[in-house]
Amino acid sequence: MTAQPITSPRPAADGAGEALLSVRDLTVTFGRGRKAFRAVDGVDFDVYPGQTVGLVGESGCGKSVTSLAIMGLLPGRGNTVGGRVTFAGEDLLSMPADQLRDRRGRDVAMIFQDPLSSLNPVVPLGVQVAEVIERHKGRNRSDAQQEAAAMLKKVGIPDPDRRLKEYPHQLSGGMRQRALIAMALACEPRLLIADEPTTALDVTIQAQILALLKELVSESGTALIMITHDLGVVAGLCDEVNVLYAGRIVERAQRHDLFATPRHPYTGGLLASIPRLHEERGRRLTPVPGSVSDNIPWEQGCAFAPRCANAVDVCRQQTPTLVPDRDAVGDDRLLRCHNPLTANPVDDTPTVEEDAR
Amino acid sequence: MSTPDPTPGSGPAAGPGETGAGTATAEHDVLLDVRGLKVHFPIKKGLVFDRTVGHVYAVDGMDLQIRRGETYGLVGESGCGKSTFGRAILRLEDLTEGQVLFDGTDLASLKGEELRRQRRHMQMVFQDPLGSLDPRQTVEQLLLEGMRAHGMTKDRDAHERLTDLLREVGLPRTALSKYPHEFSGGQRQRVGIARALSVDPQLIVADEPVSALDVSVQAQVINLLADLQAELGLTYLLIAHDLAVVRHISDRVGVMYLGALVEEADADDLYEAPLHPYTRALLSAVPVPDPTVEDTREQILLVGDLPSPANPPSGCRFHTRCPWRQETRCDTERPALRTVEIDGVAGSHRVACHWAEQIASGELQPHAVTVSGVTDPTLTTHDDDSALGAKDTAYPTTDGG
Amino acid sequence: MTDHLPDTGTSPGSTGTGSGTGPAEPRRPGLAGRPGARKKERIDRLAEAGTLSEEEGVSLWQSAWRRLRRDPVFLVGAVIIAAFVVLAVIAPWIAPHDPAARLLIDQRTTSNPIPGPQPGHPLGADDAGRDMLSRLMVGARQTLIVGVLATLGGLTGGLILGTLAGGIGGWMDGVVMRIVDVMLSIPSLLMAFSLAAMFARPSQWTVILAIAIIQIPIFARLLRGSMMAQRHSDHVLAAQALGVRAPAIVFRHMLPNSVGPVIVQGTLVLAVAIIDAAALSFLGLGNPDDTQPEWGQMLGRAQQYFNTHPEVAVYPALCIIVVALGFTLMGESLREALDPKSRR
Repeated sequence: MTAQPITSPRPAADGAGEALLSVRDLTVTFGRGRKAFRAVDGVDFDVYPGQTVGLVGESGCGKSVTSLAIMGLLPGRGNTVGGRVTFAGEDLLSMPADQLRDRRGRDVAMIFQDPLSSLNPVVPLGVQVAEVIERHKGRNRSDAQQEAAAMLKKVGIPDPDRRLKEYPHQLSGGMRQRALIAMALACEPRLLIADEPTTALDVTIQAQILALLKELVSESGTALIMITHDLGVVAGLCDEVNVLYAGRIVERAQRHDLFATPRHPYTGGLLASIPRLHEERGRRLTPVPGSVSDNIPWEQGCAFAPRCANAVDVCRQQTPTLVPDRDAVGDDRLLRCHNPLTANPVDDTPTVEEDAR
Repeated sequence: MSTPDPTPGSGPAAGPGETGAGTATAEHDVLLDVRGLKVHFPIKKGLVFDRTVGHVYAVDGMDLQIRRGETYGLVGESGCGKSTFGRAILRLEDLTEGQVLFDGTDLASLKGEELRRQRRHMQMVFQDPLGSLDPRQTVEQLLLEGMRAHGMTKDRDAHERLTDLLREVGLPRTALSKYPHEFSGGQRQRVGIARALSVDPQLIVADEPVSALDVSVQAQVINLLADLQAELGLTYLLIAHDLAVVRHISDRVGVMYLGALVEEADADDLYEAPLHPYTRALLSAVPVPDPTVEDTREQILLVGDLPSPANPPSGCRFHTRCPWRQETRCDTERPALRTVEIDGVAGSHRVACHWAEQIASGELQPHAVTVSGVTDPTLTTHDDDSALGAKDTAYPTTDGG
Repeated sequence: MTDHLPDTGTSPGSTGTGSGTGPAEPRRPGLAGRPGARKKERIDRLAEAGTLSEEEGVSLWQSAWRRLRRDPVFLVGAVIIAAFVVLAVIAPWIAPHDPAARLLIDQRTTSNPIPGPQPGHPLGADDAGRDMLSRLMVGARQTLIVGVLATLGGLTGGLILGTLAGGIGGWMDGVVMRIVDVMLSIPSLLMAFSLAAMFARPSQWTVILAIAIIQIPIFARLLRGSMMAQRHSDHVLAAQALGVRAPAIVFRHMLPNSVGPVIVQGTLVLAVAIIDAAALSFLGLGNPDDTQPEWGQMLGRAQQYFNTHPEVAVYPALCIIVVALGFTLMGESLREALDPKSRR
């Protein structure tokens, strides 16, 4: 099994056909009045069948809230969700709760970062997986059990019949995440949302899970929204990448284009700040200065401006909009920046600095 | 901030060399010399009287030398014992066996006041910057505490030193009166580093110093650690799971698996030519932020999870997941860390594998791994990690090296 | 990576705080010889670390207090407690009558043992003809003394035992916790009765002592638990690695971080202590001197007349409930305010 090349050609999102999921102007506000905090601030994106879309950003950028809002999983109180989320022609946000619950699991499934807290600790795994199948596919208990066993086998859990009788704490982290994926896939959803599915796992286990996800997408044509902070994960998995900062998308590009020519200084900053495995030792990293607490509100300009090496005066006066980026390499690129990068900061060229002046 | 006195020869150059380790490092100035270190945690059970029913072999026979002024990177997956090792050499864990020679002093034999005084020379930077700072103390109190414990506030103006410390780590003076919860993650980690520096240590053990931080902030802390090393002549033991981070700042790297080193080499050598199957798998599993690399590279997918350290496999600890496992030796004989005779591999490169030469030459080819009767060629799992709590009573005595 | 030397310094001016970091700077060996360069780099690094407000730091207690000030639950509790304390202090001066004087004893007959409300005596009198309102007001003082002293006693004992167990650990922990377990295994009221009954002459102090002792195990267990959690926390490990002496670690790091829940428990226990004291008085193990009124004792005396004159019991009972509620509200909101998870 080992040493298998990961060269599955990704079906490029050609834009043909109808979007499976279409998110328009999604806004999530926590709290009210003067204390209100906009976690997600007008996010738009589409997901086509068989496509993997990445939402990338750091803690607090709103990526997880976006996914919860799409799934209708935000706690009802204390937050307001605005905008439109259309799944296969139906608006998920205005859908009655029971219909939405029906969609969840059958058409849209989600896997979370922490597999242990996503599983019920006092119910055997088999019952939990079978429950999903019973509910959404209308199978009886014994059929569902059989199907559950098949599902676990499919995601690479050996000896599934024994595992079904076990409780979540008896499984290892990787195995739990597999079980969660099995549950998510049990009803052959058309869209899978993975929220940092490998962050809690070790690299070797992460590689297993990512390979599994890739295989599922290419085999079953499931659309995947991958939410992560790890650009390495994005590079190998996603077709289209959305970079989020402070609740807004700041850059969108196809994966190869994004990594070849990052245009937003934040994207560039992220890429320049991570150490590479395949590079000369001792290269000094170029960190993004400050932290998210230094942000200014979007209403007053660009939230990233205080941390941005490329910032010019207009960045603190005028809110940048997300517009097609014509100067960039590659098609379908969107960018929210007044003064974008002209060269990849990872290549050791000091052009960035010169442009800033 | 005086740089440590570089008196060579004060270290135990080639100790009671029963391994080949002594020769490899004899010519260097060894600051920390760990020999045969074992840390076993008893598993206790019982209602009234605790009965020891087994041990977790967290660290099980570590030999490691760190030279003065270098950065030694220790990598491994969670549960491999790397954090326990880091705490053990600072004597924050009870040692079961072995020697920790720091600048010639055996820390394992020190007690009480002697040990307390020695602590000044080695400090720790923690993973969780918030959890490692007492929430009820201001930064000033936090920084002064260690200095006071070692009588360093008497000889000169302590406040001047505080300002210096903050400057070193890039924090403004106003930070002094603030409490940990008022900082951002990266700033907290800077406070943690300043605290470690406050007692003028020679060695800093950094346990996952950046993994709790946001990606964009990680680089700030990595750069800071590099700067401080250059300025103050510090020696680092960097413990991390992120191979890219380790590679970036380490001079030498050790790879740990289930309580012991499986490979050790200069950073470049290790990443150029990994010899141990586990190192190969680990390196191939790291996602690279470059789509072209990701699309074309070969990946060695390991099977299953780390076995339980309470019940480690016999022989080579890795044989249950190893794609190169052989019928002989691997499951019976525990390989020692040794240098290998392979073209293009440096003499400082050591590996604990019986078949390193054959694997490197291509004589041995990887094969599917089959465990516990399951023969799924892509994804099978080793399954003895469910029993940390003494299901079996027969624990192997582990000293194969 | 060619332009490093002084020219990175030209960029900050125009854009403010964030722009100090240019592209990669080279490693700098030995900065001491170049004061100018060093200063500039410091400025760069300050920018890199992000900004900090200029204000003084705010401690956990301070920030908890800031939240509490706006918490209506806390305010209601605080108002009740404040009123209760003020009443306890000034009651003897504002009470309309002497609580010990048998003013209405003439109206007491065998058919009507409790003189009813009348002008000058809005709540009537008790079975000894003493003015009910005055007794309730003055009773606040005794009740407060019993509640506060008993809780303080329990708290002190619990802190000592908990610190011994959690701070020293090892065999000490084993010994202390077994003692605590034995104490906890006896129903607390039963133990209070036994303790109070052991004294030849019951008095206010025997009540306080008995109640203080039965509360020790609760506090000890709570403190020991949270100190154990602190013992394994990174910041204690860090202090240990710094070479801080063991007593300093216990008293500077472990204890201050553990007392929060204990103090909260204290406010909750205060309510229980008042009720327990009432129970002891009710059973005749309280202060026999009824010239100094106390709510629990009044409740106890009222039992004989409960069928015909329930109001005699209801008045002190209501007072106890309201005060207990006040302490509970305050304790609950304090607990919430001190919870680090709720901090913003």
